[in-house]
Order: sequence, then structure tokens, then C-alpha cells
Amino acid sequence: MRFSFAIQTLSSDIPSKSIKKSEMKIYGVYYSQLIFLNYVLEKYKVIRKQFGNIQPSDIDYFKTILSEDRVLTDENDVLPFNIDWIKNCRGQSKLVLKPKSTEEVSRIMRYCNEKRLAVCPQGGNTGLVGGSVPVFDEIVLSFMLMNKIISLDELSGALVCETGCVLENLDSYVRERNLIMPLDLGAKGSCHIGGNVSTNAGGLRLLRYGNLHGSVLGVEAVKADGTVIDCLKTLKKDNTGYHLKHLFIGSEGTLGVVTKVAIHCPALPKAVSLGFFGVENFEIVLRLYASAKSSLGEILSAFEMADNDSISSTVQNLKLPNPISDYPFYVLVETSGSDETHDAEKLTRFLDKEMESGLIIDGTVTSEPAKMQTIWNLRESIAGAGLIDGYVFKYDVSIPLANYYSLVPLLRQKLGSKAIKVYGYGHVGDGNIHINVTVPKYDQEVCSMLEPYIFEEVAKLNGSISAEHGVGFRKPHYIHYSKDVTAIHLMKQLKQLMDPNHILNPYKVLPELT
Amino acid sequence: MSRVLVGVKRVIDYAVKIRVKPDKSGVVTDGVKHSMNPFDEIAVEEAVRMKEKKLASEVIAVSCGPAQSQETLRTALAMGADRAIHVEVAGAEYDTMQPIHVAKILAKLSKDEKADIVIVGKQAIDDDSNQTAQMTAALLDWPQGTFASKVEKTDAGLTVTREIDGGLETIKTKVPVVISADLRLNEPRYATLPNIMKAKKKPLKKLTAKDLGVDLAARIKVISVEDPPVRQAGSIVPDVDTLVTKLKEGGHV
Ligand SMILES: Cc1cc2nc3c(=O)[nH]c(=O)nc-3n(C[C@H](O)[C@H](O)[C@H](O)COP(=O)(O)OP(=O)(O)OC[C@H]3O[C@@H](n4cnc5c(N)ncnc54)[C@H](O)[C@@H]3O)c2cc1C
Ligand SMILES: Cc1cc2nc3c(=O)[nH]c(=O)nc-3n(C[C@H](O)[C@H](O)[C@H](O)COP(=O)(O)OP(=O)(O)OC[C@H]3O[C@@H](n4cnc5c(N)ncnc54)[C@H](O)[C@@H]3O)c2cc1C
Repeated sequence: MRFSFAIQTLSSDIPSKSIKKSEMKIYGVYYSQLIFLNYVLEKYKVIRKQFGNIQPSDIDYFKTILSEDRVLTDENDVLPFNIDWIKNCRGQSKLVLKPKSTEEVSRIMRYCNEKRLAVCPQGGNTGLVGGSVPVFDEIVLSFMLMNKIISLDELSGALVCETGCVLENLDSYVRERNLIMPLDLGAKGSCHIGGNVSTNAGGLRLLRYGNLHGSVLGVEAVKADGTVIDCLKTLKKDNTGYHLKHLFIGSEGTLGVVTKVAIHCPALPKAVSLGFFGVENFEIVLRLYASAKSSLGEILSAFEMADNDSISSTVQNLKLPNPISDYPFYVLVETSGSDETHDAEKLTRFLDKEMESGLIIDGTVTSEPAKMQTIWNLRESIAGAGLIDGYVFKYDVSIPLANYYSLVPLLRQKLGSKAIKVYGYGHVGDGNIHINVTVPKYDQEVCSMLEPYIFEEVAKLNGSISAEHGVGFRKPHYIHYSKDVTAIHLMKQLKQLMDPNHILNPYKVLPELT
Repeated sequence: MSRVLVGVKRVIDYAVKIRVKPDKSGVVTDGVKHSMNPFDEIAVEEAVRMKEKKLASEVIAVSCGPAQSQETLRTALAMGADRAIHVEVAGAEYDTMQPIHVAKILAKLSKDEKADIVIVGKQAIDDDSNQTAQMTAALLDWPQGTFASKVEKTDAGLTVTREIDGGLETIKTKVPVVISADLRLNEPRYATLPNIMKAKKKPLKKLTAKDLGVDLAARIKVISVEDPPVRQAGSIVPDVDTLVTKLKEGGHV
């Protein structure tokens, strides 16, 4: 089954050569080649479950809850909600609902549960595992209008907001009050805080501020049957019984709909510096990491790496400047602290030492915001740059550091000329590497060379087949490579308890429910 | 070979959101990240390239401003300038310093340092005056090649391609000359680590305007600094016809 679909209307207003952050909105998906196949659907013969079919009376009912303009049924209006960011998946939904309040979400869910209508919750639709788009005709529940900031306690740093607030807007808001969001990622201009919570997004600040299970203080969520679960506390400590908020962090819309989030924002660092270095091989990347941890200590806020192919493809495909010359590996080190002089001294000592030792061949360091932005932008753009080549197989895995990079050369060898490029980049500090394989267009043969091979290798190395992007639609069949059967069984029991009719984000996360 | 004098100004970094002081006397600069005026980076880059092409013997970076301007000078040194001169201007004097004052300082230094080429950015992104190059040329009575997007050595002097409203204008000029750098002149380099380290040891001379005989007396008084009007929220119209109607209603077409 192959889909053909005309999306000329969309592609015409999209610049064909570059993806800028501002263009990464829902419509800003880069449609260089219109490959709409849902290979998971094909490969695993996923079939539609016995959900209700949407009737005109259902649409009428939704129009009584929401104003008419928040019930989208026109094919062209619905289309962008059906396609995921990396155009791996395309659903067939005919209905998008845009609630503005928890109450509306609750009423929608109660109705859908009664009528057995399946629902796909959608935030900024930047998810990379196909979780944010419907598979068949699930109703898309879009949170783009639930974007109000509710409160900010400037002393404790507790921010409370609605689920659809765009991460970058929240960051700008709290920055004006000398705070910072505890997470940052390349998709910040589009992704929602609710999407971040639902995917337990990691990103660029995880090394410093930990993951969302730590920084999320509270969550308000709506269960499949419409019940509103209020765990929206702004307390750092609250040991009254089970920590239910964690059920919604990282469950990718399968256990409930996140409607509000309380999150802890740390103090805005006063002094930030960024170094971008060229090094000879991966071994040195690790040695530099060890050295950075001990020399920079509490001010080390990011340690990222990218191989030569990652940077050179990004520079070429997106016409971005590379601040330094060509090296086999690049390392990005960020420090954040409260005292410029103190931090600069530490950083200088670290740089002096490692240039002397020869670990760093060359590089640049800056604390000018505009220059730092240019360097971060290069790093963050790697994720999207491969799309220009055609199709990208993307893997996001955790591997213990000693073997962190070992899969990339293996895959290069295995694929040979079948791939345009195989490259690796990622959050070394978190043991998380992104491996991208670019091909001119989707190719079943390449796919079967990669999967499940890559997952088997990751399992052998005691890694995780999904470090931060989640399981979504693309990986339920591989979850057992990283999760024990008893754990998977408990996940299914939780699903049964919270969503007995399985209407929330079906076909996602959990392997076939039995 | 020429000796090149480059003007570099410390300005609020362009990635930083500008905030007006509550008393409207200026913009908030305390605790705000500053960096080299982007057009001045282009000027430094051009001077350093001249030196690399052996067209220049020495590059001297000059900055007029408070003590922190020395950081900007260090950046210029890390990019490849040979030495730096900091003309300290601080407090109220700095608040009312204008291109005429800077031009006088640059003109005097050009003579003292026997420079043959002065390169400055076409404008600073804070005050947007676009006057320093022109005034410096006038004070020195040298020719000027402003808004340069290309500078080449020719027998008699330099050929400068200028960005003008209608397109490009190419002029030939003798040396000594004053040049102002436009955006497309070059892409400034990032200072490399070894050069950042070396820059710390390069000579940086401190002077005052008084040493140079330049009077910094204020010629203007700032009455009020205000935010630009807030853009009104847009609205989405259903179709082209409505759009045209709305535009007509608003008197836009
Ligand atoms: C002097 C003192 C200072 C303290 N300071 C703090 C403090 O600063 N912060 C703080 O949070 N608490 C504090 N406490 C409380 C207590 O020490 C902590 O809660 C501690 O973590 C309990 O550990 P325990 O091994 O003694 O557990 P227990 O007291 O043996 O058990 C505590 C609970 O955990 C259960 N439990 C124990 N082990 C297991 C297990 N393996 N599997 C399942 N359930 C288990 C028990 O059934 C019981 O419900 C303090 C207590 C004292 C006496
Ligand atoms: C350029 C780029 C860079 C990225 N970098 C990173 C990175 O560094 N680290 C990282 O972890 N991820 C990264 N991602 C992946 C993705 O952006 C994040 O996972 C992000 O958190 C998803 O947020 P979203 O609002 O776009 O969610 P969506 O894509 O809309 O949804 C993601 C999942 O969450 C569910 N969901 C969304 N909102 C809700 C809600 N309110 N209630 C219940 N379920 C909901 C959806 O059903 C779906 O399963 C990146 C993506 C891109 C495109």
C-alpha cells in the first residue's frame, strides 16, 4: 500500500533550499521530496482497530463544545496535522480539534471514550518517531491554542503554563525574569512544553539540569474517560503517596492528555561561554570529556560532539558557516556560571592545558551571544540538514561511552555506497548519540539492512534503542531490545487501567496489546 | 606597504534584546552582553586580509569607549590585528560622544601612527549614524571609499566597489584613504584558540582624548529614548478577496 497525495499547495510556499528555525512551524516541514510511505504500516501490516467511525453527528457535537473554527474538517486544513516532521509517517485523519481549555479537552475525551473514537494528541508535531500524527483516522487533538502562561514564582522558579506553550516562548518569557527553561532543543521554536513532557524530551541542557522527571514539578492531565487528574503542584517536595505525574512524563500520549505543566526554572546563568574545537579522533573526544568534567566542574553545561560528516553535510546543505576548519571530530563545550572572571579563568586553564597536551588541535571560544548562537545553530541544524539529501534514517540511541561511536563506522562499512552518508553526533555528556543515514530516497533494502541490526547491536552494548525521542509509532516492535518482558507487561497493565478502550494514541509505544 | 588603522566599537551584542531605561535617558547597558560592532568585525577582517596578502605591514585597532572596550580590542587582536590603542572615554562623556569626536580621534591617531589606510564599519548598530568614515576623511582631507563591498590593490592605489542604492559603483582611489566596510565585503573569521591566547600578549596602549587634543564637549543633549511602537497583531483572512477588501479599507492599495 503506497500513498499518493498532492501537497503542491503546501510545498509552494516553502523555500526549497534552507530550513531556518523560524520555518520549522507545522507548515514549515521541509518537503524536498514527497515520500509518503509509512513503512512501519507496510512492514508490520498494522490494521485499523475496531474504533468508531466519525459521523456527521460527532462533528456537530464537537462544534457545540468548540467554536466552529476550531473544528477542522477541510482536507487541506487537516493535512499538515497528518504529516510528521521528518515525513516518515502520514496519517489519514479527517478531523482536527483545537481545544482552548482543560474543560474542553475533558468533554472531548469523555465523548470520544463513550463513542470509542480514537484520539491522537498533538503538540508542536516535531516528534521524531511518528507518535504525533495519526496512523489511520484518529482525531487529532491539537494543543496549539492552549498557550497561556499561568504563573511564575520568580523566587522558587516555578512556572505554571498550559500545555501548548512553545518552548522558545517560555524561555524568552522566563529569561526576562532572570530564569531559564531547564531544557532546550533544536525544535524549540515549534515544540510545545506538553509535547516535551509527553516525550520526556532531553536536549541540550540535560547534562546540567537533569531530565524532566526531575524538573517537572506537577502536571494536570485528562484521562481517556475525561477525568481531570490534578497533580499540578509547584512544590519541589511532595511525598504524599504515589508520584503520579511521572506516568505522564514520557508516556507519549498513551496514558493521558497533558493539559497543564508546572516546571522548575533554574536561575539564568550570568556568564556563558562556548568553545568549538576540532579533534583528531573519537578517543580524544572522550579524553577531553573527562578533562572538561574535572577542570570545569560545576560550570560545565554542555558537552556535545559531531563527526566530520555531520558538520560538513550541514554546512553544505544549509549553507551555514563553519567557524573553524575541517577536522575529523568536533566538540562543543559550553560553560554557564555566575561569575565571568571566575569562569573565564577556569576555561582558559582548561584550554591552555588541552592545547598544550595536543588533545585540542584548533578551535574557537566566545562569550558573545550572537557568535554563540551561530555555533549552537550549526549544532542544532544537523538534525534537519540530512533531509536535503533525500531521505534520512534516524536513530537516537544511548550507548555506554566506551562504545559510544562504535556503530557509525560499522554501519558505514555495512552500507557502503548504498548510503550517501552515515554520521553520528550527539550529547556525549548523556551517553546519547544520534546516528543518521542519508539516502537519495527511501529504500526498503537499506531499511532492512539497518533494522533490526542496529537495535541488536545497541542491545548487545547494553544501550537503549531510544534515548530521548521515544517509541512512538516507529519503534514498538523493537521495544523488547531495551525493555524486559515483565516491564512491558506492567506497562500494558497500566495502559489497561488508565485507558481501558485504548483510544489514546493507538498503535503507538506498546507492542500489540494481547 | 600600508599601515592600516581600524576603528572598532563596543556595542550591545545584536542577539541581545534591547531594553529602554525606565527614565528614558537611554538603553540599559549594565549587565548586558556587548561585543564588537559587526561592521567593525568586517573592517578588521579586511585589514587582516590586507596584511596576509602583504598589502599592509601593520594593523592597529582603535577603540574609543569605557574600560571594557579593551575586550573588544582583544577580539580584534585575536582576529589578527598587531596592536591596539584604547582611547578611554567613560561616563557622561561617553553618553554624548558622537561620530565627530571619534573622527577627530581617528584622524589624529592616523597622523601620529603614520597610517595610510583607515577602515571603519559603515555604521555602528547602536547609534546607526553612518558618519565616522566620512568625517574622518574630511578632517584628514583624504579620499573616501564608503560602503565598500570589495577592495582591491591596483597600481596607483585601491579599487573599491561600493554598494549604492542603484547597484554597485566602482571607484579608484589613491592611498592614503578612508574606507567604510559594508556587509558583503567579507565574512569575518572566528578567532582561533592559539590566536586568542596570543592576543593576550599583544601590546595595548591607553590614551585619553585629552592626550590627543580632542575636545569631547557634548554637542547634543538626549531628551528621550523610547521603544519603537509595538507592532499590532496580525489577523488571518479566509481568502484573497477579503484580503483585497481589507487592504482597500485600510487605504493600503
Ligand atoms: C535522624 C533522622 C533524620 C532523617 N532525615 C531525613 C531527611 O533529611 N530527609 C528525608 O527524606 N527523610 C529523613 N528521615 C526519614 C528516613 O530516614 C528516610 O525516609 C529514609 O530514607 C528511610 O530509610 P530506611 O532504610 O530507614 O527505611 P525504613 O524506615 O526501614 O522504611 C521506610 C519505608 O520504606 C519501606 N521500605 C524500606 N525498604 C524497602 C524496600 N527495599 N522495598 C520496599 N519498601 C521498602 C518501608 O516499608 C517503609 O514504608 C530521617 C530519619 C531520621 C531518623
Ligand atoms: C530539529 C529537532 C531537534 C530535536 N531535538 C531533540 C532533542 O535534542 N532531544 C529530544 O528529546 N527530542 C528532540 N527532538 C524531538 C522532539 O522535538 C521532542 O521530542 C519534542 O519534545 C516533541 O514536542 P512536540 O510538542 O513537538 O510534540 P509532538 O511531536 O506533537 O508529540 C510528541 C508525542 O507526544 C504526544 N503529545 C504531544 N502533546 C501532548 C499532550 N499535551 N498530552 C499528551 N500527549 C502529547 C504526541 O501524541 C506524541 O506521541 C527534536 C526534534 C526536531 C524536529
